[in-house]
This record gives sequence, structure tokens and C-alpha cells, in this order.
Amino acid sequence: MATLKDILRKIGAVKKTQQITRAMNMVAAAKLRSTQGKVEAFDPYAAKFAEVLENLASRIDPDIHPLLVKKESVSQVELLHFTADRGLCGSFNAQLIHRGEKWLSEQRDQGNEASMTVVGKKGRDYFKKRDVPITEAHVQVYGKIDMSFVNQMTRQLTDRFLNDELDEVYMMYTRFVSMARQEVMLVKLLPVEPPQVDEQEESTRSEYLCEPSAEELMIDLLPKHISVQIYNAFLQNEVSEHAARMAAMDNATKNCKELIQNLTLAYNKARQAAITAELMDIVGGAEAIKTA
Amino acid sequence: MAVLHLEVVTPEKVLVSREVDTVVAPGTEGEFGILPGHIPFLSGIQPGELRYEAEGKKEFLAVTEGFSEVSEDRVSVLVDAAERATDIDLERAQSALERARERLARERGAEDVDFVRAETALRRALVRIKVAEKA
Repeated sequence: MATLKDILRKIGAVKKTQQITRAMNMVAAAKLRSTQGKVEAFDPYAAKFAEVLENLASRIDPDIHPLLVKKESVSQVELLHFTADRGLCGSFNAQLIHRGEKWLSEQRDQGNEASMTVVGKKGRDYFKKRDVPITEAHVQVYGKIDMSFVNQMTRQLTDRFLNDELDEVYMMYTRFVSMARQEVMLVKLLPVEPPQVDEQEESTRSEYLCEPSAEELMIDLLPKHISVQIYNAFLQNEVSEHAARMAAMDNATKNCKELIQNLTLAYNKARQAAITAELMDIVGGAEAIKTA
Repeated sequence: MAVLHLEVVTPEKVLVSREVDTVVAPGTEGEFGILPGHIPFLSGIQPGELRYEAEGKKEFLAVTEGFSEVSEDRVSVLVDAAERATDIDLERAQSALERARERLARERGAEDVDFVRAETALRRALVRIKVAEKA
């Protein structure tokens, strides 16, 4: 039987764990708010960008730029894979890694050679151990990135695409849907799929005077379009990570509370049993003396 | 009198969103000015000085590459980064300029990405200093 002291010690340990999980929950909540602020700040940029790009795309020949052209045969593919730098966020990383693995085996089944650019320590550690060719690993970069960092990533990918080192580039990240739901997304980055143009909208759109020509502008905008997508993935993934950690830590705190309740109950029972046993002893002893 | 609505947007924030009288921006094909009633217009933006006039006061911004759109008296400028002249740290800009110069001297002759990057860094630094001095 566990002694009273053992139970007390256990209660103390669980209480300390609870303190830690509660603190992590609150830290994640604070980080979530600040990252959400960044997402909101990025929204106007992304919205305007999409609008202009769509407008341009509706008026030019889709074969104008090599980034738009599909390769005739595909054999080299790359995945830009996002995970978090840290764990303790439920199934967040596990889901991303699982989907990444699935993607890898799918590509191999098609006879393609797949390589990866990874963002996040968890993904890097996992795929490194399994000998997946990793072109580049960015770790501990969340919250520190800016547009020039992303532009550089884009340039590396587009350069390799244009040099025929890569035939297709995909990106995998977690999209933040709500506090309770985050979705793993797989997006094709290269070749760029021209944005879908809404026929109705097209007629209401104004003709622009372009400087330089629409084609040249498009050439500038396409790499930027990729950068915008990557930047968005960074933000979405970070928000999702914090949301997942908040939920996980909230659960952990609740479980601790339950555990403490059960242990306290066991402790009280054991204490009561000990007192009863002691009383029986005394009564027994007293009876023995009386009859003697 | 008709007015323009100017928006300067970066991925980090909306830096300017207000009514102005005129805007002059550094286009890739040269500087261009926008007055109310301008026809719909799209242009690339290169690192340079963007200025606008509102309520009789001139304001200056340093911007990096991006593009701008004008339609129905709304001017949207989308750039990677932008700073108000009054917010620029002149000392930091000076040291960035020095660094860029050094790097450029080292990379001279190398026709690769690093050289291009050093060059754009230099141009950015120059622009920031130029704009900061007008504040």
C-alpha cells in the first residue's frame, strides 16, 4: 500500500507540473495574440497583391514567363516543409511530419526524386535521421523573418527551377482555421498556377495604363507572388503552432487537476483507514486490559 | 476639390492611409507624379523616395522595391519595406552604407547574387540617407 507520505509527494509533483503547463498555456496565448496581429497586418498587403496579380494575369499570355511554364517531364521535386521549432504542442508536428512522409512516398512511387527544404527544428531532426535529402534547413527563424529573408528563399527555389534542377516545388504548412482547428495544407509553388479569373468580374475591371508593360510587370510580380505565399505560410504556421500548444497545455492542466483530485481522495481514504486502524488497536488494547 | 487616398502598405503594416493632394513615387521607369483624376495606372517601384503633399505639408518616405496601383483616386503602394523620413535612424543608415560599400568593393567583378545583393543594399542605404536628410 502506498504510504501517506508517498501520496503527498505525488500530489506535490503533479501540482508542480500543473503550474508549468498553466504557465506554458499563458505564454502560448500571449504569443498567439502577437502573431495574430502580424497576420492581420499582412492581410491588406496580401489582398491588394492578389487583386493586382489577378488583374494582370487576365490580360497576358500565360506562357509569357518561364515560371509559369510546366516542365514536360517531372523527375525532380522539392517540398518546402514547415514544422515548429519546439514540441509540447499536441499532434501539431506529428501531423505535418506524417503528411510530409506521405508526400515523399507518393513522389517515390511516381519515380520522382524528392528533396526538401525544411523550416523548423522538429522537421529537420526527423527527416535528417531518415536520410531524406535536405537542401536547406531554417531553424529558429519564426518571428524573425522579414520580406527580404523570404525573397532570398524564393530566389533560391526559382533559380533552381529555372536551371532545371527542379521540375516542381510544393509547400506544406498548417493553416489556422480557428482556435480548435488547424489544417495541413499542400500548395504547389512552382510552376506558378495562374490565378483563376472570374469572367463576370473581368468585365467590370478597369483598363490600366502599365509602366513598364503588363508583361514586364508580371515578370517582377511572379517571384513576389511566391514570396507572399511563403510569408503567409510562415505566419499561418506560427499562429497554428501557438494555438495547438495552447490547446495541448490546456488539456494537460485539466488532466493535472483531475489527477490531483483522485490523489487527494486516495490520500484522505488512506488517512481515514490509518486512523480507524489505530483506534481499533487502542480499543482492542483497552478491552484486553479490562478483561485481564 | 478632389483628393487622393494614399495607402502605403508593407507586409508588416499599413504605414500610411490618408487623404493627400499629390503623390510623387519612384517608378521603375522613372519618377512619376499622381494628381486627382489620374487614369488607372500600374507601375513597378524601385528603391527611392516617395513624397506626398497633404494640407500644405510635404512628407517624405523611403521605400524599397514593390509596385503601385492607381484607380479611382486611390493610390496603393505595395513595397517590401517603407520608412517615414522622421523615423530613419541616420547613424544606422550611414553604417549600413559603409558596410554595403565594403562588400561591394570585395565582390567587385563577381557577377553573382552576392554582388547584386550588395548593390541593392547600397542603393537602399543611399536612399534612406537622402530621405532622412529632408526630415
